[in-house]
Amino acid sequence: MKAICWMGRNTVEVQEVPDPRILNARDAIVRVTSTAICGSDLHLYDGYIPTMKKGDILGHEFMGEVVEVGPEVKTLRVGDRVVVPFPIACGNCGACEHGLYSVCENSNPNAGLAEKFMGHSPSGIFGYSHMLGGYPGGQAEYARVPFADVGPIKIEDGLPDEKVLFLSDILPTGWMGAEMCDIKPGDVIAVWGAGPVGQFAVASAFLLGAERVIAIDRFPYRLRNAERAGAETLDYEEVDVFDALREMTAGRGPDACIDAVGMEAHHPTPAVHAYDRVKQATRMETERPHALREAIMSCRNGGTVSVIGVYGGFVDKFPMGSLMNRSLTLRAGQCHVQRYLEPLLGRIRNGDIDPSFVISHRMALEDAPRGYRMFRDKENECNKIVLVP
Amino acid sequence: MSQEGDRTTDRLARALGWASLGLGAVQIAAPGAVGRLSGVGDSAPARGTVVLVGARELFHAALLLGGDRPAPWAWTRVAGDVLDLTMLGRVVAARTGTRRLRAVAATGVVAGIAAVDLWTALRVGRRGAGRPGGRGAGGPGGHVRSLRAAITVNRPRQEVYRYWHDIENLPRFMIHLESVKTTGDGHSHWKAKAPANWTVEWDAETVQDRPDEVIAWRSMPGSAVGNRGLVRFTDAPGGRGTEVRVELDYDVPGGRLGLALARLLGEHPEQQVRDDLRRFKQIVETGEVVRSEGSPEGTRALRQAMQRPAQPVR
Repeated sequence: MKAICWMGRNTVEVQEVPDPRILNARDAIVRVTSTAICGSDLHLYDGYIPTMKKGDILGHEFMGEVVEVGPEVKTLRVGDRVVVPFPIACGNCGACEHGLYSVCENSNPNAGLAEKFMGHSPSGIFGYSHMLGGYPGGQAEYARVPFADVGPIKIEDGLPDEKVLFLSDILPTGWMGAEMCDIKPGDVIAVWGAGPVGQFAVASAFLLGAERVIAIDRFPYRLRNAERAGAETLDYEEVDVFDALREMTAGRGPDACIDAVGMEAHHPTPAVHAYDRVKQATRMETERPHALREAIMSCRNGGTVSVIGVYGGFVDKFPMGSLMNRSLTLRAGQCHVQRYLEPLLGRIRNGDIDPSFVISHRMALEDAPRGYRMFRDKENECNKIVLVP
Repeated sequence: MSQEGDRTTDRLARALGWASLGLGAVQIAAPGAVGRLSGVGDSAPARGTVVLVGARELFHAALLLGGDRPAPWAWTRVAGDVLDLTMLGRVVAARTGTRRLRAVAATGVVAGIAAVDLWTALRVGRRGAGRPGGRGAGGPGGHVRSLRAAITVNRPRQEVYRYWHDIENLPRFMIHLESVKTTGDGHSHWKAKAPANWTVEWDAETVQDRPDEVIAWRSMPGSAVGNRGLVRFTDAPGGRGTEVRVELDYDVPGGRLGLALARLLGEHPEQQVRDDLRRFKQIVETGEVVRSEGSPEGTRALRQAMQRPAQPVR
């Protein structure tokens, strides 16, 4: 089959690889009908996630048709149409039992590696480094889905791929970002990063009852999308974000701040950007945490900072004093997608949200190398790419 | 080994120290000549490497000549030899003609020296093992290795105990075991994979078995690899399942050499026991060992260090 393989920094290639086969009794094989490139795939593309290996198949947002099931999968049948959540979760361990699917205790065969970087291991993730399992991803014609009796959600009505594909990651991720803010009537929510996840966080915050949502980015087309979802916008290259937020909230600061940026943030002051860029390039820190620092400093006293942008390791100049002295709550996590599938599918069905508004480009799977470049360089107002094998 | 033997080993180690001092001095003073003679060459990077190796030799010399009991430091030379042989191996592979011949000759000489270093270092290992009450009291030429690990399994204690109690299940999650067969009356026959594809077999007996609480076993006297194991099962607080705590003691064949060799072959005993327990948890909770294309055999220390690409297995 054809698959998109990571071949080192800034290189992805279309390769001919063997078709997947069942390795565990609870596996299913899915013929991929739609898959997408995620902002977090760019962290892999740019070479900032450790333990990638040449030849790794990328992609953790995908859906398709079940073509084979292992003997222990009783919930799916050949021919079922499914969306596959990006974290792999067994459904049996203590974490899964508590709905913490992205920290499943059994799905990472390389837990020992992850423990060296993070103390304890999170779940395995499709196409997201060997430290997170060494699982091939879904930017391919076929994918093996472990624990297929737990993760995938069946799409039984005629909803098109484009409306449900993002249940695999970015819609529930944006939703969880807003949910972690514990939104109360009157709350003002600020969202750093108006990419697709940020756009979904904006929409989710409104659905969860936010009074105002403020989106922060530097690309006009992304800010326009956030605006369409109802947000007020700030271009951090035009205004001082901290001052602007203070002004907009009459000195309080936003009640909750969502970091939907992660490890490769940009800073409008070249010197500050260069400081973290150099440290990241020389591997003295793994992150460029400008958005996170600003979110913490901007948040109102006693407010919540919700982190859904991806971080890989260690952060410098972390404003711990601000966090501690001002009674902030820091919440974070890879999305526990399985938890949100049913409720969010319900909201798509009843028209609360149509996630396809984030799509800017559709391409054949073979065009993924061009897609990665375009998405990274933000050319042609590239907001979200859907690949069709 | 006798006091006399100890002194011989120390004398030998000191002689190796003087050899290090001489070689290091020459390498630093005339890196070009050493490089040419050994087939490495006398380019600037080659000379730089020779100087660095020379500096390392001086470091060995300082250790071996500096102390009262230099013998154990012979291990540092063994480590150095491994480095040198690796580098020379790459030189041999990359060169042709006369330079290759020189590199081969140099490799032969270093291999000879390595043998002497290893022999010296090993004498120290044996000496340690012979000490009354020493750590090596577990077996002839042996070294007792104690390992501890624990994990929480989200299943009732009876069920977790029952799975382990059927010791023929052990090879499903203890990756080094090939098979365990019960032979009746609390006795069993064990087969294990040793480094470098060797197989070790022994008989064992269950010495303690309190249902839902503890199981302990030990190898019968005269086994090639003496070992003892104990596993405890307790309720985890708040309905979190069962806490499983394992203690393993085994006599490492070949003493320190055995340990060093095992590490060179990519064995990490502490992580192996943790990985064993991870697999145990996977089986009891999910039904089987979880596999990915990067680690198709499931959780395994060696595989984690050397992953396949994340592509389907053919």
